[in-house]
Amino acid sequence: MMKRTLLIAAAVLGLSAPAFAAGETPVPPQQKWSFQGPFGTFDRAQLQRGFKVYREVCASCHGLSYVAFRNLAEEGGPEFSEAQVKALAAEYQITDGPNEAGDMFQRPGRPADRFPSPFPNENAAAAANGGKAPPDLSLMAKARTYERGFPWFITDMFRQYSENGADYLVALLNGYQEPPAGFRVPEGGHYNHYYPGHVIAMPKPLSDGQVEYPKNEAGQPQAPETVDQYARDVTAFLTWTAEPHLEARKRLGFQVILFLLVLSGLLYFTKKKVWARVGGEVEGHATPPMTHNP
Amino acid sequence: MSEHPTTYVPKSAFGKWFESRLPIAGLIHSSFIAFPVPRNLTYFWTFGAILVFMLVSQIVTGVFLAMYYTPNATMAFQSVEHIMRDVNYGWLIRYLHANGASMFFVAVYVHIFRNFYYGSYKAPREVLYILGVIIFLLMMATAFMGYVLPWGQMSFWGATVITNLFSAIPVVGDTIVSYLWGGYSVGNPTLNRFFSLHYLLPFMIAGVVILHIWALHVPGQNNPTGIPIKSGKDAVPFTPYATIKDIFAVVVFMLFFAWWVFYIPNYLGHADNYIPANPAVTPAHIVPEWYFLPFYAILRAIPDKLGGVIAMISAILIWCFMPWLDTSKVRSTAYRPLYKQFFWLFVVVCVVLGWLGSRPAEGWYVIASQICTVYYFAHFLIVLPVLGFVERPLPLPNSILESVMGVQKGGAGIPAGANAEPHSKG
Repeated sequence: MMKRTLLIAAAVLGLSAPAFAAGETPVPPQQKWSFQGPFGTFDRAQLQRGFKVYREVCASCHGLSYVAFRNLAEEGGPEFSEAQVKALAAEYQITDGPNEAGDMFQRPGRPADRFPSPFPNENAAAAANGGKAPPDLSLMAKARTYERGFPWFITDMFRQYSENGADYLVALLNGYQEPPAGFRVPEGGHYNHYYPGHVIAMPKPLSDGQVEYPKNEAGQPQAPETVDQYARDVTAFLTWTAEPHLEARKRLGFQVILFLLVLSGLLYFTKKKVWARVGGEVEGHATPPMTHNP
Repeated sequence: MSEHPTTYVPKSAFGKWFESRLPIAGLIHSSFIAFPVPRNLTYFWTFGAILVFMLVSQIVTGVFLAMYYTPNATMAFQSVEHIMRDVNYGWLIRYLHANGASMFFVAVYVHIFRNFYYGSYKAPREVLYILGVIIFLLMMATAFMGYVLPWGQMSFWGATVITNLFSAIPVVGDTIVSYLWGGYSVGNPTLNRFFSLHYLLPFMIAGVVILHIWALHVPGQNNPTGIPIKSGKDAVPFTPYATIKDIFAVVVFMLFFAWWVFYIPNYLGHADNYIPANPAVTPAHIVPEWYFLPFYAILRAIPDKLGGVIAMISAILIWCFMPWLDTSKVRSTAYRPLYKQFFWLFVVVCVVLGWLGSRPAEGWYVIASQICTVYYFAHFLIVLPVLGFVERPLPLPNSILESVMGVQKGGAGIPAGANAEPHSKG
């Protein structure tokens, strides 16, 4: 009984329940993701669509400065071809230098370059966006979350729920709506149902039909060209940019756990055999007959 | 590490030559092979080995991280992302290290509460126990400074809140804080010195761990009955019996560890720490890592800053007085029916304090923290001393062997062919 209680105590102690501006901010609905669970992998087509949304919509204000063009061709990501990435990189102008004359110069991007940011520095970004610089998106899917609360933060450990950030981003991108009666949105702000405090500086970024998706054989877009679908796709892409080795991590994890399970089984029986020499393992204590006093 | 002469006899000529100059093989033999171990130890006694494994794991992963990490306020965050993205298996090493800190604390809390339950802190193990408290304090300092190194928002603001606590100390407080900061606020010099100390302290922990193990080998291990080894039949030699059990337990713990590292590596962290440190923007809630939460709750329960700091530090230092605060003549809580209930109440209070530490300091959370804090100290200052006088403990078995026979009939004692004759210790 004590063992079990201690286990539970250890599990409860494992609470980190990150606290956030909770207030009356609603809880984002949980989405189904291809990358959730122990065998999760990214959907390549979804990452490629998500990249298109980022590039055509988000990139005008938000940087992606930890991601290099070459990453787009690497295993476990959108897996564009090397040629595609080379052509894509060449569309960007990168500031390089200084050259032999001591001048900075512009040159076409190469796969090894990182995505150039839309603004030269944070102050310029803030000045162009009403005083608040749009954050870099590389880590956005890990840098945002929402409060899970008791008892969900305990069950999350067992069901490996770690898509808090992704679920929040989808909710946020879908969360632009008319403010409820009596809610005054300040100048330069926008009402968002899921943003903590509801007033977000970013105007509604997505609208239906805004980004053209690749067509399938029937000439139809491979996914609906709707705000909801755009939100999911760009969030999947941002989950990959935040955690580019997610697939390798889960794959290796399964191998490690399988190995450790077999090893612990072998060790268990070895231990049993060793202890059999002294009549088997005997643990703990017993209460002896009540005849003897300490 | 044991004071008794070793039975180790070197076989080879070189072995004899070496042993007469540095008797290290004999030391290892008497400490980890022939050393008599109570035969009724449960898996709660494997956490010492698990903690040694965690310390080694943290040092090894940390040394590799330090090869790529840059302790500079403008580059630290980027260098961590470089490790996560571009360094081969950098993500693995970093997640092992970050989650390893939490696993280290999971193991140490089990170890500490096992010690509380079975009265391991009592005579003759007071020094052993106090060395353990020192290790825990060093672990806290190391973990705190390690969390600052990625230089995310929670790193920066956590460092700001915690270092500011020292300013509550009268007269010298502000001077201490400016030495901690290396300036007038948390900044690049702070990060540099924290990195330096974060690399130093684990080796100090390793040093105190050696003393801790040395002090363990003098009286020997406590056991679930709390009564000492009285004859060879009460004990088994450390190797192979405890060794194989420890290895098995370490591997099971590695399974637990792997779950966090590979499947939920960011669960125990804070999302805010993936935002680069920004002195101009304060996070909505500044929360320490989970293993500090009970102490954080005690800190915030006291309305006065200096009082809060004193309460928080006392909450750990009071552990050092337990051997003398506990007046019971019986070590093991298994034979203390009344104390058993207080023990579990104390566990619950600690867990609740942890939860309260994660809540904002407002409304009834503050009142609940105050009630729990009062109970926390009452456990040490009232329950422990008083129960020793009023409680009537259950009768103790005559020996470990007798207790064991009660659990399972037909134990055979030390086999004739066991590695070495265990020494019986009073």
